Amino acid sequence: MATTRSRRPRASKLHSQGLAAHIFLIPWQLGLLLVTAIPLFASLYLAFTDYNILSSPEFNGLENFRRMFSDEYFWASVRVTLVYVFVSIPLQLAFALLLALILDRGLRGLAFYRSAFYLPSLLGTSVAIAILWRQIFGDDGLINQALGLFGVHGESWLQNPATALSTLIVLNVWTFGSPMVIFLAGLRQIPEELYEAARVDGATVVRQFTHITVPLLTPIIFFNLILQTIGAFQTFTQAHVVSGGTGGPANSTLFYTLYIYQQGFANFDMGYASALAWVLMIAIAVVTAIHFILSKYWVFYGDD
Amino acid sequence: MTTATAPIDSTRSPAGALTRRRRSRDLLKHLGLGVFVLLMVYPLVWMAVSAFKPGHLILTQPGLVPRDLTFDNFVQGWNALNRPFSVFLVNSLLVSVGSIVGNLFSCALTAYALARLEFRMRKVYLAVTLASVMLPLHVLVIPQYIFFSQLGMVNTYFPLLIPKFLATDAFFVYLMVQFIRTIPRDLDRAAWIDGSGPFRTFWYVILPLMRPALVTTTIFTFIWTWNDFFVPLIYLTSPKMFTVSVALSSMVDSQSQDGVGMLFAMSLVSLLPVLAFFAFAQKHLIRGIATTGLK
Repeated sequence: MATTRSRRPRASKLHSQGLAAHIFLIPWQLGLLLVTAIPLFASLYLAFTDYNILSSPEFNGLENFRRMFSDEYFWASVRVTLVYVFVSIPLQLAFALLLALILDRGLRGLAFYRSAFYLPSLLGTSVAIAILWRQIFGDDGLINQALGLFGVHGESWLQNPATALSTLIVLNVWTFGSPMVIFLAGLRQIPEELYEAARVDGATVVRQFTHITVPLLTPIIFFNLILQTIGAFQTFTQAHVVSGGTGGPANSTLFYTLYIYQQGFANFDMGYASALAWVLMIAIAVVTAIHFILSKYWVFYGDD
Repeated sequence: MTTATAPIDSTRSPAGALTRRRRSRDLLKHLGLGVFVLLMVYPLVWMAVSAFKPGHLILTQPGLVPRDLTFDNFVQGWNALNRPFSVFLVNSLLVSVGSIVGNLFSCALTAYALARLEFRMRKVYLAVTLASVMLPLHVLVIPQYIFFSQLGMVNTYFPLLIPKFLATDAFFVYLMVQFIRTIPRDLDRAAWIDGSGPFRTFWYVILPLMRPALVTTTIFTFIWTWNDFFVPLIYLTSPKMFTVSVALSSMVDSQSQDGVGMLFAMSLVSLLPVLAFFAFAQKHLIRGIATTGLK
């Protein structure tokens, strides 16, 4: 392909490509600068200030971070968010994987089931579904109606601090469809020959599952884990609607992002809110990094 | 699938016994899955049916079949916020369409440059794009808010739309880069040899071939923008500018328990465009998320 004849024009084309690339990238570069980079560093600066948007920011050192330590709402929001992430994500992925395994390998009606299970993950973050959830777990909601059939008289699940968060965990598990679809695609990638060879060698179904399916699926499990974890840390809509923006009862649904919103946009305490946001970003980065480090011990990337 | 051609004495041959066992196992699977599907969609069905029940009966009269069918909830809900609900639907539509146009325009340009053009910072830019996927919006939103409010853009759609025209939905850039890489390079080379520069090659060769990625971007941008609550909540404080999600949430705040019917009716209305999109594009949608992992 590369002939001597084309060498010189290619060099000039390379140059014109560089120029063209920068023209193509004008929107992206503007976005990176104005929408991402400058706000990122601005919020880092604001994190060390006292700023209420009316007067100019006043540098106050580590005061915002010191304040977090003695802020019971901060700790409540950390606890709520961590419980939510570490309970709902494993449950959600377990459902996703289980259903993907059941649906894999030529079951009729796959397309129907896949769509039915996928639908909730499209709707799950909407205000409408959060409203629905309020009613399902409310005083006379669907759950208590069902319990009533068995003679159990339930109380509002949302007004009880012990159960309010679990209703949102259920909501997140309900949206297992999108990781399930990714699992299904991953299962398709596993070559059928591996199973045939295993059968010839007399491997049982269980052994095939633990020695072929699971190892070859670990990159996909990892991918879903990272993606869903990052998303779960940023849960906002459901918590805001279900609690009416308060994070109640007794801070039991005070998600971290909801607390940032309250501080930043209800109290206009934007210095403190920026500090909170930076802590969130660092927390996400740390959790992601830990996942990557741990992945060396369980994610299988072939023999190379 | 083989039922039609199965031999009559299939039950006696070992292979027949196997398919029979398989068939009964599949039947069991279908039964279990059927129950599970029912459980999964029951909340949605309950909402849809309840929207047609008189408000005071929703929480007292269990069961799915409404005895007294009524459209009252829709009529009342439509006007519950001092202006017809159509205002919010139109607002949401405006924002969604604007976001789609912005994302298609800016992400396609960016992706083409990152996937195909040779320039020095290419690898760095790609890495930056990937990293920004993980950046939580909350760490940017406060300075962005200050910035837009100083420009007098609070209560306009500019803060919602401008970022879309600047390729900040890195997810879609990444998706398009991945897609462009699957397009054979020979096609570009042919256009190149015919004397097309990067712009003509992009417009006449790559862009038409990118259609599946563009459709995926359109669908997800629509659904995400339509459902988005956080950003509109921050920037839109005047009711006439509300998108559907903010309008619904303000209805929650102003309703008593009797308003459940209205809330359900309007929630249902708000989900219809998403459901319609889903019905229309579900195959494409599922292929899209299977290859990229979008939610």
